[in-house]
Amino acid sequence: MLEGISTSLVDWSRAQFALTAMYHWIFVPLTLGLGILVAIMETLYVKTGNPEWKRITKFWMTLFGINFAIGVATGIILEFEFGTNWSNYSWFVGDIFGAPLAIEGILAFFMESTFIAIMFFGWNKVSKKFHLLSTWLTAIGANLSALWILVANGWMQRPVGMIFNPETARMEMTSFWEVLFSPTAVYKFLHTTSSSFVLASIFVIGVSAWYILKGRDVIFARKSIVVAAIFGFTASMYTVITGDSSARDIAHNQSMKFAAFEGLYNGSEGAGLVALGLISQNQADPSNENLKDFTVKIEIPNILSYMAYLNWDAFVPGVNDMIRGNEKYGIMGAPEKISRGKTAIEKLTAYKLAKKSGDKIIADSLKTEIMSADFQKNYFKYFGYGYISDPHTLVPSIPLSFYSFHIMVVLGMYFIFFFLIALYYTLKGKIHKKKTFLRIAIWTIPLAYLASQAGWVLAEAGRQPWIIQDLMPTIAAVTKISTGAVQVTFWLFAIIFTTLLIAEIKIMMRQIKFGPKSEGGTN
Amino acid sequence: MFESLSLITLQQYWWLIVSLLGALFVFLMFVQGGETLFFTIAKNEEEKSLLVNTLGRKWEFTFTTLVTFGGAFFASFPLFYATSFGGAYWVWFAILISFVIQAVSYEFRRKPANFLGAKTYEIFLFINGLLGPLLVGTAVGTFFNGAMFSLDDMKHVTWGTEFRGLEAVLTFHNLALGFAVVFLSRILGLLYFMNSVDNEAIYERSKKQLLYNTIPFLVFFLYFVIALLFKDGFAYNPTSGEISIESYKYLHNLLAMPINTLMFLVGVVGVLWGISSTLLKGGTKGIWFAGGGTILTVWALLILTAFNNTSFYPSIFDLQSSLTIENASSSRFTLVAMSYVSLFVPFVLGYIWYAWKSMNNEKITTKELEQEHHVY
Repeated sequence: MLEGISTSLVDWSRAQFALTAMYHWIFVPLTLGLGILVAIMETLYVKTGNPEWKRITKFWMTLFGINFAIGVATGIILEFEFGTNWSNYSWFVGDIFGAPLAIEGILAFFMESTFIAIMFFGWNKVSKKFHLLSTWLTAIGANLSALWILVANGWMQRPVGMIFNPETARMEMTSFWEVLFSPTAVYKFLHTTSSSFVLASIFVIGVSAWYILKGRDVIFARKSIVVAAIFGFTASMYTVITGDSSARDIAHNQSMKFAAFEGLYNGSEGAGLVALGLISQNQADPSNENLKDFTVKIEIPNILSYMAYLNWDAFVPGVNDMIRGNEKYGIMGAPEKISRGKTAIEKLTAYKLAKKSGDKIIADSLKTEIMSADFQKNYFKYFGYGYISDPHTLVPSIPLSFYSFHIMVVLGMYFIFFFLIALYYTLKGKIHKKKTFLRIAIWTIPLAYLASQAGWVLAEAGRQPWIIQDLMPTIAAVTKISTGAVQVTFWLFAIIFTTLLIAEIKIMMRQIKFGPKSEGGTN
Repeated sequence: MFESLSLITLQQYWWLIVSLLGALFVFLMFVQGGETLFFTIAKNEEEKSLLVNTLGRKWEFTFTTLVTFGGAFFASFPLFYATSFGGAYWVWFAILISFVIQAVSYEFRRKPANFLGAKTYEIFLFINGLLGPLLVGTAVGTFFNGAMFSLDDMKHVTWGTEFRGLEAVLTFHNLALGFAVVFLSRILGLLYFMNSVDNEAIYERSKKQLLYNTIPFLVFFLYFVIALLFKDGFAYNPTSGEISIESYKYLHNLLAMPINTLMFLVGVVGVLWGISSTLLKGGTKGIWFAGGGTILTVWALLILTAFNNTSFYPSIFDLQSSLTIENASSSRFTLVAMSYVSLFVPFVLGYIWYAWKSMNNEKITTKELEQEHHVY
């Protein structure tokens, strides 16, 4: 079934998707968060009538516009890339995945693109209230578009609300609400948007800190910091809560990913959480029999068990438990899953053959069997394992998962304190004296981007080798095309996006240097 | 309410929606057409800025319609999405890249420290304006003339050439549609300038260009339509699903679907009226007739490719792999769920109309631009 598909084709196709997704994700979180921040600032303007707030709103809106354009540019590629590079996947899940994508276009993108025109150009054309409404609708539209794509991603992490139909050789939706309200999708949406609010707040504080350090536009900067620090602090607390729920969801539904990001090779009861550590990669001992998994580590006992199962002594399975199976805890090993997956694929092939030879009775009985609840639950559930030959390929990159998870969490904790300090200094009227903190604030901007990217690396690389958890490995999903063609488009995008990124950073820096215009007095 | 509809009715309903999105997109490509005319119409920086800003406030509608068209096509006919996008790799990426460079160009063009310089961004817009309509038109040509793919049991696509879709330009009928769309988008761009920019010189130059673009448009469009009437088409048997070649298939479709044919004719007359009334009598209303006419014409043409048991994406590499609205669609369940979402469409169109109106009440002038905070 996979003739003509080489691993280098899969790697290049993945690299291209990673490249375009990571570039897109440089711009999106700022759009999501800054949109709301600008709307809050404009609300303050409309409520107080203070022209200073209008000046503040307009300044951040200019940066929003520059960032928004490039977010759009990088986003269109992603939507179509599902088709161009993952065409087998597109058919296999199109019945489910397409709906959120279409709703995203109809309900969210149009809202965003209609009202953004009023937000930018409507200051002198529509009433104050209608303008404010447009700014809010732009921000809401942006966040709504995140909802639908994250519902689709949530489904890839944990497929629900569907049945496999052998006749069409694809997954078909049986419950729209199950897909939409899948806890995985809900946590993913809440965690992703709230972390984007954090990033945007840090951006606003960092840029404002630069003004204060330069001794210019100080009132403007202080007002911006107060709004961003309150919003950022609230969002960061929420990010922690949703992150915790998300981790628990992963522990239950993607236990391999969970073990990978904790570097847990061998499971145990009352497992401890490695707060910080350096992974030791021993080539001679790939499954880490000798448990020399870390060069150094700081471990907090029992926390991992509690985090995963809300029980201090619960058993948390490690990588090896899932590969070899663990009878004591009822964990099925990889060979058994692979054999069940192969059975599912064989049944499907037999059905296709019967259909082709016109043997209707056999075909019908095979179809009934494949679509029976029992077969779907006990065999089809492991369909993707049928494509796997070496069980060890079921383990995602442990260092990549471990470090991306820990970078994200450590920085997330730091951000909470960062917002509190920023708020404290500003409200006490001392912020202009705290030069070190102001410098730290500027350097926190790249850290926010790092944390945000790390989150996606964990979510996507941690799911490997699956494109859809347990159902479809990337190797079965990729479009059959020459590797050279994908390499060409990969480098093309790398060049185009890098050029545009440089342009965007230069333009942003220059606009920041110009600062807020002093024309806020009108209206 | 949608649950009671038959599967084929749902499939037809969704083809109507996707085609309507496609038709709206072609109309909204007046933005692309306009982008190829900055250097022709504007004689100085001030005039160029007027034109760029006029389109700059609308480009996102076109872009969003393209994205929504892609999403709706994926949701309702995922096999087309998988087959065409995965198969005609180079064509789709060429189209996409032309839209990627467009998306930043308005915003970045005049910003200080923009790295590439204003001229580069204007060239980006020109490339988008030319390649977008040309490639989209040529790609839609393959709906009538077929593409080089085959599908296996698992619906995995194999493409017949290494050119991955670019070979479509070798069929003149495809290319004729591509050029017709290029000139149509320029015509619509000109009519839009005449409608929304308050500047005498721009109006006069646009009017002159309107004539120059109408002639090649008519040549390519008439060739496309006449050849269509006489060509073989791809029919399918609704019971067995078998695909076969039928002589004069599209002529048969026109005769079998009189309402659609009427819509097509009204559309063509609308476009011609929009152009000729502007050329003869002047005025600024041409865009409404030509724009409305474009929507009706394209909608009718796309319906022609799929209804009356026609394969909308035929394969000339492996005839039986051809796609029809019956074999390429989503499941009944998904189509029903999506149909409920489609009820929001009138509401969305309503607020777009309202927003557009409140912004376009005042024509663009140099004075207005000077007072504007956000200028491209």
